Amino acid sequence: MLELYGSEFSSRMLLGTAGYASPDLLRQAVEASGAEIVTVSLRRESARAKTGQGFWGLIEELGRQVLPNTAGCRSAKEAITTAQMARELFGTNWIKLEVIANDDTLQPDVFGLVEAATELNADGFDVLPYTTEDLSVAERLAAAGCEVLMPWGSPIGSARGLANKTALKTLRAYFPDTPLIVDAGLGVPSHAAEVMELGYDGVLLNTAVAKAGNPVAMARGFARAIEGGRLAYEAGIVEPRDMATPSTPIAGTPFFKIDNAS
Amino acid sequence: MQILVNGKRLTTDANSLDDLCRALGFTDAKIATAVNGAFVAATARARTPLTEADEIEIVAPRQGG
Repeated sequence: MLELYGSEFSSRMLLGTAGYASPDLLRQAVEASGAEIVTVSLRRESARAKTGQGFWGLIEELGRQVLPNTAGCRSAKEAITTAQMARELFGTNWIKLEVIANDDTLQPDVFGLVEAATELNADGFDVLPYTTEDLSVAERLAAAGCEVLMPWGSPIGSARGLANKTALKTLRAYFPDTPLIVDAGLGVPSHAAEVMELGYDGVLLNTAVAKAGNPVAMARGFARAIEGGRLAYEAGIVEPRDMATPSTPIAGTPFFKIDNAS
Repeated sequence: MQILVNGKRLTTDANSLDDLCRALGFTDAKIATAVNGAFVAATARARTPLTEADEIEIVAPRQGG
């Protein structure tokens, strides 16, 4: 079971709600994925369009744990205020904390991130920080009270998979007891399986499903890959070797001559 | 007075943030608010006065990744 901030979940897939062609497709994709946690955001509301009111109805219908994000925030202050608005709106202390440094890379501003995490954790939020693979940043986030860490795989929406697998392994080794979730940049189910095979606790994705040709099928594919990767990790993975080791024992095979075995 | 609401200039004679939200059609709507970068709880809107050049954010739940 995945345990985050005292709540347990059977699914290790966290799914984003952005970019689907229709609300119905979003609903179907969430169902196909089996995800029990969905991310959401806040947007300026127009009195005429009232778009948010309809979306709220959909969110209530889905009945999942909601994880609001602070997308678009460029400073700790913006992220803190956004988190406070999200807490009131969505009725949860959970916050996916994003403080963004650059519009092209959408990379975390790690300094603002640590500052915001410090204040939000102190104010009773359950912070899930979207961070880089940097170990020193992770340590500061943990010291700031974060009990979950969410390092990126590669830039948001880039579908490139794991840009720095070694660093992700290092984080797993340094934080053996902290739930670790790779968030951002995954493109295909095999990326998600790779994450789980490293012993990570979960995967958060959005674009790879929402922008797939068939989001519902892709959601299902990711769900299976995440299960597969987790099963593999728990099963004990065979160590890679440089040379071959026969799987069929040589002694007793037809035409066997001892001289051949060297 | 002239204020900014969601980045757009607006002229209003609303006395409080709550008055403003109602005047804009947000009565009983699922929204959250901030004034000059600081969160204002729903319960505090009625006693939050508005001043010239205030910057108001009115947000609602939306899709997000």
